[in-house]
Amino acid sequence: MQRFKDKLMKIRQKNPLVVFLTQVPSAVCRKLWVFAVSALALSACAAPENLEAIYDPYESVNRRTHEFNKGLDRALLRPASGVYSEFVPSGLATGISNFSNFLDLPGEVLNNVLQFDLAGAMTNSARFAVNGTVGFLGLYDAAAEVGLYAVSADFGQTLDKWGVGEGAFIELPIYGASTARDTVGSGVDALLNPLSYILPDEWQFVGTGIDTVAMIGDRARFATTVDSVLYESADSYSQARLFYLQSRRHELGMRLEEEDYFDPYEGLYD
Amino acid sequence: MTKPLPLSRRSMIALATGASASLALPLPALATTKRSAKKLVEKVVADINRIIDSGKGETAMLADFEQVFADYADVETIARYALGVEARSASVAQINAFTEAFRKYMSTKYGKRFREFIGGRVEVQEARLVKSFYEVSTTAYLQGMAPFEVTFLVSDRSGEEKFFNMFIEGLNMLLSERTEIGAMLDKRRGSLDLTIQDLQNLN
Repeated sequence: MQRFKDKLMKIRQKNPLVVFLTQVPSAVCRKLWVFAVSALALSACAAPENLEAIYDPYESVNRRTHEFNKGLDRALLRPASGVYSEFVPSGLATGISNFSNFLDLPGEVLNNVLQFDLAGAMTNSARFAVNGTVGFLGLYDAAAEVGLYAVSADFGQTLDKWGVGEGAFIELPIYGASTARDTVGSGVDALLNPLSYILPDEWQFVGTGIDTVAMIGDRARFATTVDSVLYESADSYSQARLFYLQSRRHELGMRLEEEDYFDPYEGLYD
Repeated sequence: MTKPLPLSRRSMIALATGASASLALPLPALATTKRSAKKLVEKVVADINRIIDSGKGETAMLADFEQVFADYADVETIARYALGVEARSASVAQINAFTEAFRKYMSTKYGKRFREFIGGRVEVQEARLVKSFYEVSTTAYLQGMAPFEVTFLVSDRSGEEKFFNMFIEGLNMLLSERTEIGAMLDKRRGSLDLTIQDLQNLN
């Protein structure tokens, strides 16, 4: 138990999200957590009616957070990603991205298991074994070359598999678009990440550091899409919300029912 | 409340030529089949791959993407859907002006994203009938990412076989564009003319 507590303290110190949520300023952040958890509890049964439904009762708060996040992107992330794409050769950028994905694998296997997805757990374990050896400690995605692709898994998804509803849309500071369920999921993932228990203390920074660099790399790689959503759309909040909810639900396996497909020709040419 | 939508010049021509063609030739009506829908998407994918591999400059590539849009997308229907209820009170001239501005806006917006596909490839999978159209699923393989699904909805009800919607990992293009145009209209107090003007200036 003491070991767990120690680890918990370490994670708190290392993970920027946790640091933010616990220390900057702690009173506000505790409120945010209470808010997220109670929102989840309140809306525990609220599953979206269809792939495109939007449940956003906290829209005015979310919009303010969105503006804050946009300011952060404009001041830090976007310039950093500009420097990144200027100076980091694409081979190195791919390596960093691969390494970050590699470090995510233990947590994903854990969630595969929690979801009783043994095939997924085996695939991800095989990826870990292959990329950790042939893939030069995860820098090269050798597993993908033989068709072993990541079976992405996180605790938000695990909650979904366990029947917990999505809950309200929430835009988190720094972290970005989420839902009540995924907010709890991200927090649990940060605490459960096997890596933080396996790695020696002096290597704890690696995960966080690589994640940050990989995030800058992703921002650079998908610059046109992110810029188009954040800076070129008339209402970036609605676009980001739509983007997140639809891709997330798709990732969780939700598909349009035939009757939900919109037929724009209906009545147009009849 | 429902009043018939004004037909655009182009769809009238399509109707007229379609009608005369059916009078002249006792051929079965033009109909999308599973195979033809799949073939259309294969052509779109081949064209996009060719543009990316061409190694041309960005401006030249964007122009090529515009052509893919012109050739394979039913931009009129997409534009009309993006306008939403606004289309009902709009004049034919407004709809036509909007459609033209929208065409340019769409091809620039989606064409610009080609960078993200460099080094990747798209494989056409299966087609299935949904309502009156075909859904063609494809798998996109991008470097360093698990493959993901891109689906196209194909119909010939405009008179030509074209795609009118696509879903990139579940993200509905029609819905994004309706949200976007709706937000533009809101910001301009519902003025369609101002929206058209600003859409033209965006490009």
